[in-house]
Amino acid sequence: MSSLFSGEQIAGVLDELGITHVVTVPDSTIGQWQSAIEDRGRARLVRVCREGESWEVAAGLYLAGARPIVMIQCTGLFESGDAIRNVLHDWKLPIFAIIGYRSYLNQETLPGDTCLVFTEPILDAWRIDYRLLTEPTQLAAIAEHHRACASEGKPGAIVVAEGKA
Amino acid sequence: MSGARMSGRDAIVALHAARGARDVVITTMAPARDWMTLPQQPLDLVFVPSAMGHATSIGLGIALAQPERRAIVCNGDGSMLMNLGSLASITGAGASNLVLLVFENGVYEVTGGQRTAGTHVDFAGLARAAGFASVFELSKLEDWTARIGDVLAARGPVFAVLKVEPAAGVPGPKSPGPARERARRLMDALRG
Repeated sequence: MSSLFSGEQIAGVLDELGITHVVTVPDSTIGQWQSAIEDRGRARLVRVCREGESWEVAAGLYLAGARPIVMIQCTGLFESGDAIRNVLHDWKLPIFAIIGYRSYLNQETLPGDTCLVFTEPILDAWRIDYRLLTEPTQLAAIAEHHRACASEGKPGAIVVAEGKA
Repeated sequence: MSGARMSGRDAIVALHAARGARDVVITTMAPARDWMTLPQQPLDLVFVPSAMGHATSIGLGIALAQPERRAIVCNGDGSMLMNLGSLASITGAGASNLVLLVFENGVYEVTGGQRTAGTHVDFAGLARAAGFASVFELSKLEDWTARIGDVLAARGPVFAVLKVEPAAGVPGPKSPGPARERARRLMDALRG
């Protein structure tokens, strides 16, 4: 399954934003970006075992002066609820995430995938300001939204449509 | 629980005396309650409110961002069970400056002392299998106080199980203040 964006494109955006650490659990789309990020050598991949961990690891990195992002699939977003509540709303840390939106472009693999039902309402419920990207021409929106959220000191997310055949 | 176990509070008091001035100390659940009764330093993170089990993860982030600084995480065994994967995340990331202390009392103390699902679990064995470079298991206060310097200075990542008695009837920790303000103070101390 191909992605809206290549690993090289994403690695370039992360460089442009000065990202130091990418805290991640892969899926079949965003996982394809890992080698480009590692090869570039600017941002370090931090592999965690479950997505809830990723927000707290990013929180620790941020508190200690690094510039992390979380990179997970929407199913991991569902798993992350208590960590999101804690990091974004109790501690009010402006952690940014790139979230893969499973089945958005193509449901052939998972007909009736309920990720389409729950992903955006869950982001709204957690009051995360997100932008949904569905076209390859929208790459620049990642940096734009990151900068906008950073300037306001608030968390945010980019949701990348997946499932393009 | 065996009567040979140390009290959690005594174990925390010993750690408080032994921690280095540049160490970050992250406490959660019962260890946080006891830590808050002692003089506080800017590099303390009382992780209350918390996401249960995630003190290890926030400690990992701090350790990776500042590898020259030691990060000490004081976790409960119930919290450890909730985030066992973090053992692999810590060792996989090579966080050699992280010291993880698990205060094992076999119960969820802050909710009234209910047994955990893992009273049979060999936490030290789990840590060894996960790849911690140094693993300790201590149940007597005199052993902990005698060896605490060795534990903190051991090749990391370090894992120590401190077998402690549950403190029956003692309330859980209360937040020592607004989390946002405490986050800002910790950031200033870490980045200063």
